[in-house]
Amino acid sequence: MYSLKIENLAKRFGPRKVFADINFELQTGGSIAIVGPNGSGKSTLVKVILGLLRPTLGTVGFSLDGKNMTESETRSRTSFVAPYLSLYDHLSGEENLKFFSAVAGDHVTGKEINALLARVGLEGRGTDYLADYSSGMKQRLKYAVALLNKPDFLFLDEPTSNLDEEGKGMVSQLVEQYRKQSMVVLATNEPQEYGFAEQICRLGG
Amino acid sequence: MPNKSAGLAAKAFAVYAKDMRLELRSRYALNAILMFGITTLAVVSFSLGQFGLSPKFLAALFWIIMFFSAMSGLAQAFIREEEAQTVLALKLTADPDAIYIGKLLFNFTLLGIMTVIVTPLFFIFTDAPTANLFRFILVLILGIIGLCGATTLVAAIISKASVKGALFSVLSFPVLMPLLISLVSASEKVFDGLPLGNIAAELQFLLAYAVIMVTASIMLFKFVWQE
Repeated sequence: MYSLKIENLAKRFGPRKVFADINFELQTGGSIAIVGPNGSGKSTLVKVILGLLRPTLGTVGFSLDGKNMTESETRSRTSFVAPYLSLYDHLSGEENLKFFSAVAGDHVTGKEINALLARVGLEGRGTDYLADYSSGMKQRLKYAVALLNKPDFLFLDEPTSNLDEEGKGMVSQLVEQYRKQSMVVLATNEPQEYGFAEQICRLGG
Repeated sequence: MPNKSAGLAAKAFAVYAKDMRLELRSRYALNAILMFGITTLAVVSFSLGQFGLSPKFLAALFWIIMFFSAMSGLAQAFIREEEAQTVLALKLTADPDAIYIGKLLFNFTLLGIMTVIVTPLFFIFTDAPTANLFRFILVLILGIIGLCGATTLVAAIISKASVKGALFSVLSFPVLMPLLISLVSASEKVFDGLPLGNIAAELQFLLAYAVIMVTASIMLFKFVWQE
C-alpha cells in the first residue's frame, strides 16, 4: 500500500506567500483535487510535492507499507502530466515513448507502444515528429508517456488542457481507472473536473 | 514495485542516444563548433602565409581554437533542454547521474568529431611538426576529457541564466585555466620533439585533472540539477 503524507506544507516566493498550512494524506485507491482560482498556487503545490520545488516549511513523504521511499523509488513510481511539461519536438511519438521508457530503466516493446498510442487516440501517428502534432495531440502523448511505467502516483495539472471532448472523455476514463488501482492528485480550476477526485484541497481562500 | 532491470549505463546511453539523434537532426552544436574551428584556422593560415610559427605559438594557437570551439557548442546539451522546456520531463524521469554521464558522452563525441576534423587541418595549414603524432594524440584525448568534464557541469549551471553564452565562457575560464596551461606546455614539448619522459609531468597532471573533474562533476551534478 502506497501512501502520500503532506504535513504543514508552505511555500513563499520571497515576501509573497503562495500557500501555507497544507495537510492531507492519501493512500493507494485515493484521489484528491487541488482546486482554486488562477494564481492560487495549485501548480506550485504539485511541483513541491513532486520535489521540483523546495517547500518553505513542512514535509512531503512518500511511503510503501509504512516504509519511507527513496527519491529514486518515488521517481520510478510517479507520472506527471501538465501543459507546461514538454516532450521532444524533434523526436517522433514512438521515439519519445522509447526514450522515456529507456531512461527510466525499462524496455517498451513495439506492441506496447501501439497499445499506448491507441489508448490515447494517437493510433497511426506514432512515427510523426511532435513538431507536427497539434497541442491536443501533444497532450495526449503526455498521457501515453505517463502510463508507460504503470504509475502508483499519478499527478495531473490541468488534466484536460488543450483536449477536445473525446480527449476529455479519455482522461475521465483514465482517472477513473487509476484512482482505483493507484493514487491520483490533480490540480484544476474546472468545476466539472472536481468530481474526478474523492477529496478536495482548496487553495486561495 | 516493478523490476527496473536497466542499470546506470543503459540509462546514460539512452540520454546520449537521444541527444545524438536530436543533434544529427538539427546539427546546431556541431555546426557551431566546426564553424568556429575551421574559420579560425583559415584566418590564421591566410595571415601566416609562408611564415611558420614556433612550437610555443603553435601549441597556444591550437588550444585557443579548441577552447573557443568548445565554448561555442558544448553548452547546448543543457541549454536545449531548458529552452525546449523538456527539462521538467527529464527531471521527473531520469536519474541525475545518468543525465550527467549521457550529456558528458555527448559533449565528448561532439568535441571528438570536431578534433578529428580540425586537427588534420591544423597540421596542414600551420606546418606543425608531425613527428610525434602519437604523443600529441595522447595529449589531445586527455585534454578533451578534461575540457568536457569541466564544461558539462558549467553548462548545467548556466542553462537557467539569461546571458548563457557569456556566462559559460566566464565561468569555464578559471576552471579550465590550469588545464589549458598544462595542455599548451605538453603540446609545445611534443612539437619540439622532446621524448615522452619530458612530458610525463604534464600527462600526469592532465590525467589527474580529467579524473578529478569527471568525478567531482558526477558528485556535484545532482545538486545543480535539482535546484
